[in-house]
Amino acid sequence: MSSITAALVYIIVFASLYVEVFLLATFFEKRKTIKREESEILSLSGYPSVTIIVPCFNEEKTLAKTIDSLLSLDYPKDKLNITIVDDGSTDGTWKEAKKFENKNGVRLFRKENGGKHTALNYALAHINTDLVGCLDADSFVEKDTLTKIVKYFEDNEVMAVTPAIKIYNPKRAIELMQNAEYNLGIFFKKMLGMIDAIQVTPGPFSVFRKKVFDNLGPYRKAHNTEDLELAFRMHESHYKIVNSHKAFVTTVAPNTIKSLYKQRLRWVHGFLENSIDYKHLFFNQKYGNFGMFMLPAAVLSVLSALYIVGYAAVNMINYVAQKILEIKIVGIENSFSMDLFFINTGTLAFLSIILATISVFMIIAGKHIAEDFRRFPLDIIYFFLIYVFIVPAWLFMATYNTVLSKRTPWR
Amino acid sequence: MNNFDKKKYLYVLAITSLIFFTAIFLSNYFSEKKLAEVRTIENKIAIDILSSETQYALLQESSCHDVSSSILSQELNSLEKKLSYAEENFGNRNEEVISLKRYYSLLEIKDFLLSKRIAEKCGLRPISVIYIYSNNGDCPDCEKEGYVLTYLRETYPELRVYSFDYHLDLSAVKTLFSLYDIKEELPAIIINGKVYYGFKEKEALESLLPKKLKKKVETS
Repeated sequence: MSSITAALVYIIVFASLYVEVFLLATFFEKRKTIKREESEILSLSGYPSVTIIVPCFNEEKTLAKTIDSLLSLDYPKDKLNITIVDDGSTDGTWKEAKKFENKNGVRLFRKENGGKHTALNYALAHINTDLVGCLDADSFVEKDTLTKIVKYFEDNEVMAVTPAIKIYNPKRAIELMQNAEYNLGIFFKKMLGMIDAIQVTPGPFSVFRKKVFDNLGPYRKAHNTEDLELAFRMHESHYKIVNSHKAFVTTVAPNTIKSLYKQRLRWVHGFLENSIDYKHLFFNQKYGNFGMFMLPAAVLSVLSALYIVGYAAVNMINYVAQKILEIKIVGIENSFSMDLFFINTGTLAFLSIILATISVFMIIAGKHIAEDFRRFPLDIIYFFLIYVFIVPAWLFMATYNTVLSKRTPWR
Repeated sequence: MNNFDKKKYLYVLAITSLIFFTAIFLSNYFSEKKLAEVRTIENKIAIDILSSETQYALLQESSCHDVSSSILSQELNSLEKKLSYAEENFGNRNEEVISLKRYYSLLEIKDFLLSKRIAEKCGLRPISVIYIYSNNGDCPDCEKEGYVLTYLRETYPELRVYSFDYHLDLSAVKTLFSLYDIKEELPAIIINGKVYYGFKEKEALESLLPKKLKKKVETS
């Protein structure tokens, strides 16, 4: 290992450790506040009017379940509107939507296909409630999800609230590893919410004050990541985004490597492109933890994952090449040794163990928050054994697309 | 609204640094322990060889029946593995590693001479292989030959494989090389006083070993 490569690896590992320690420190610093939030979460002093927009494009399989979950919300019916926008679907989505046209509080719109942001903006033009939310047509809410979100709007400074997103019915390995990842995301999102640094207001059930759109304008295409761009724009205007960690939403996860790859490529590419568009927020104290911590940490995580995995891959390829050479020369020999002497006790080995342990701690903390111990610990095992090795594929492609200014399609 | 808390950033930096340097400290601690273990094994081998030499001297007058290769140190092979590991992980320029390697080479020469003397006294064919390598990047076949030698060492427990770094700065090793007139055409292998240059496959080397050499009995 050349000294420059080694130095880079150590710098990246140090920075990654810094990010993890920062989040852990936030957890210990804020846990009493989090507990207090949980104890007060269902005591609403009033019920503001809310519209939930369901933009859909070819979602015939899940749309009915999504609307049913919204109709089952424990929220005064006269305060809740559901607006379904069919963005020019070519399957039976409109037919599914029509089944709900006579339901109280449900409005249907159909328009030519123009992308998710146009569907959302189409609905926004017809809305006049205090709060506006969005629910992707492949996601489902629980009865108390909206109440637990609205609670946070009792703080006048809060402009948007994000939920805790879980994977819907994870069964296959690819869904289980995403389950662990989403649990980790729940922890991250809560911690970032506590330090006012949430970087995305996701499609599954983020709720905003209507005045966010009145003041900042509608959704933008934003490299097919309109939910991310809106969060960036809100931070730019010092609008507060918090997370309601007990407001659960389940979402259907991609169940093939190809669909997962496409989704993540869009997310990461969108993040990198929006980061360039909002580069003035980076390391800018004016934007608090979002500019000083969240944005640099997220870019670092993309670059460091690429570098570390590339570095590990080179080592792995060398090791496999050595083994192949050995087998070719002397055949398969059992050279396994139980001698403790040969256990790797290098600095990077210790640091990797520390990083992995903190990650496991954060996933388990996320599971506690999510009250989600389905298929535990199998999901964590899949996460570490498979997921971390496929992530570089979309990280690399997203970085490549960003550098060469290539577009990433929605689907 | 500005939530930037400089103190927190500095505290986190301090904690991260503490963890980071603890990892470095732990790594150094275990490295030192490993090198100390190698040193301990070397000392044990030194005592073993001295003991063998003494035993050999005492048994000068007795029959060969009492003298066998079993009196020679059995730990040279495992030491070689550990030293290779140390060299690979701590670097072949590490002073401590170089010192251990020099000591190891001396012990190998002593062990080689003793086994030769025993073989001469008892009229046996010495079962040893001297392997000369380089890991300075000037011997592309040394890695392959190393696998073959490791295989032979593990397959034939009676076989004594002595490996020497061609570039090791040690006069005893240089004298050994000059005795066999070793050229810089590595890898080089000496079996029964004859020098072979270049990569030798395992079958080729096995054919040069005595036929009666026993293979290791696999135990479950």
